[in-house]
Amino acid sequence: MSHATRTREQGTDRMLQLTAVGQRYGDHRVLHDITLTVPAGQLLCVVGPSGCGKSTLLRTIAGLLPAHEGTVTVDGAPVTGVPDSLAVVFQDYGRSLFPWLTVRDNVALPLRRRGLARAERRAESDRILDRVGLSGAARRHPWQLSGGMQQRVAIARALVCRPTLLLMDEPFGSLDAQTREDLEDLLLEVHRTDGTTIVFVTHDIDESVYVGDRVVVLSPGPGSRIVRDLPVRLPGRRDQIATRGLPEFVALRAEVGRAVRGGE
Amino acid sequence: MSREAETAPQGSPAPASLPTRARAAAHTVLLRWLVLVLAVGIWELAARAHGSVYFPPPDRIARHVHELWFDGPARHLFLSSAAVDDILPSLGRMTAGFALAAVAGIVLGVAVGRSRRAYALTNPVLQFARAVPPPALVPVFVVVFAFGTPMQIASIAFSAVWPVLINTAAGVRNTDPLRLDVAAVLRLNTAERLWFLVLPSALPRIFAGLRLSLSLALILMVFSELLPGTANGIGFTLTEAQTRSDLLTVWAALVLLGALGYLLNTGLLAIEKRLIGRGRAP
Repeated sequence: MSHATRTREQGTDRMLQLTAVGQRYGDHRVLHDITLTVPAGQLLCVVGPSGCGKSTLLRTIAGLLPAHEGTVTVDGAPVTGVPDSLAVVFQDYGRSLFPWLTVRDNVALPLRRRGLARAERRAESDRILDRVGLSGAARRHPWQLSGGMQQRVAIARALVCRPTLLLMDEPFGSLDAQTREDLEDLLLEVHRTDGTTIVFVTHDIDESVYVGDRVVVLSPGPGSRIVRDLPVRLPGRRDQIATRGLPEFVALRAEVGRAVRGGE
Repeated sequence: MSREAETAPQGSPAPASLPTRARAAAHTVLLRWLVLVLAVGIWELAARAHGSVYFPPPDRIARHVHELWFDGPARHLFLSSAAVDDILPSLGRMTAGFALAAVAGIVLGVAVGRSRRAYALTNPVLQFARAVPPPALVPVFVVVFAFGTPMQIASIAFSAVWPVLINTAAGVRNTDPLRLDVAAVLRLNTAERLWFLVLPSALPRIFAGLRLSLSLALILMVFSELLPGTANGIGFTLTEAQTRSDLLTVWAALVLLGALGYLLNTGLLAIEKRLIGRGRAP
C-alpha cells in the first residue's frame, strides 16, 4: 500500500523483458525495435494513438502472436506460447465472456487445469466474485449484466488463478465515465493488495497517468516505437477527485499528451 | 434452477408486463388454430360437394385414422395392434438412421471445421454429396445391403448426414477468433475448448442442420418402405393400400405422416430452445 511497493524499482527483478521486438503483418510493419523492462509489481501503462500497435504488443507479450523479431521473456523464461501465470483482460467483454456459461462457470473455467474439485472451483470463484463486488451475480449469465458488471466478471476470471502478470487491453474503453472510474479504483486496489505486475494498454491519457506507476508512449504507426518512458510520481493512494487535481498529475498528463500527439 | 426467480437484470429494458404478453401469445395461438380449422372446413365442404371416392372428406379420414391406429386399450396408450405394427417399425428405423446421421455429422463436422485446410479441401465434395437427391441413392444401398432394415437405415443415415455435417463444419469454422484467443489465454485443453467454446457457439448451426436432416430422414423413411422387401411400416401400409385401391387408408397414412413430421420437428425445436435459450440473450 505504500508508495515504495507501488513503484518498486529493482533492476534485477525483471518480470517482463522485451528486447528489440518487431512485429509485421506481411509488408506492413507494426512495431519496431521495442525494448522494455518491467520490474515485478509495476503497473505499466502503454498509450499511443489508435492503430499504433498497442494491441499487437499485448498479443505478442501474451504469446498469442510470435514475435517477428527480438525476444520476449516473462519471469526469465522466453515466451513461446501463452506463459503460465499470465492472464489477459480484453476490451470486448461481451465477446470475451462465454454467454452460455453462468458468471460462476465463466470465472471457474481457468481453474479446471489446476485439478481442483468442483466444490473447490466453486468456492474459489465465489471468493473472487465477492472481491470484485459481484457476489449476488454468480448464477446469472453475462448478458443479463450491465457492461461494467460484465467487465468485472472478466477481471474476476483473470484474477482467479492469481496471475503474476496481468495484461489489460483497453479494458475500460467502452464503459461510461462513472463505471470506468469505479473499475480503475478496483484495479488499483487489486494491484495494491496482490502486487501483481500489470501492463495496461489504453488510449486515454488521463487514465494512463491516474492508474499507472509508469507510462510508455508509442509513436503512431507504421513501425511504432517507444517515444517516451515516464515514471509517475504520484502518491500511492489515488483518489479520483484529489489526484486528478494535483499539479504533478496535470503536468504529467500534458507531457504524455504532447508525446502522443507527435512531439517527442 | 430457475432464472426467473432471480432479480431482473439491470442492463436490460423492462419486459412488457406479463398479462399483456400472455394475451398477445394467446391471440396468435387462437389465430393459428382458426386458420387450420378454416382450411379443414373448406376441405370438408369441397370433398362433400364433389363426392369423389378418391377425395374422401377429412372427417372420414380422421375416423379412419382412429379406427386403424388409435382405438387400442389405454394401457397401450390407445395404440391399436396395427399401430404397433406400422408406426413403431417406421419410427424405429427413422430414429436409428437419424441418430447415426446426427452423431456422424457432428463428429465429422467438428473434425472438418476445426482445420481451415480440411474445410477448404472437403467443401466441394460435401456440396456435391449434398446436391445429390437422396432418394436417388437408395438403389445403390439396395445393391449393397439387399432389401430390409439395414438398407433402410443406411439410406436414411446417408441422406440425413450431409446437412448436419456441412452446418456443423460451418458453425465450428465461425468460432469467434477473440474467444479462441480467450481459450488460449485460459489454457483450455482441446477437449475443454471443444466442450466449453466450439460446440456451444456452433450449436445454432448444428440445430439448423439437424432440422433439415430430420425432414430428410422422414422422407427417406417413407421412400425406403415403398420398395419391395418391406413387410411393415407406414410407407408399406401406403403402397399396400394403394394396390387395393383403398384410398381412405392412403389418405389416413398421409395424415399420419404429416402429424408425425410436425411432432418430431416440434420435439427437436423444444430441445433446441432448451439448449440454446439457456445461454443467449432473448
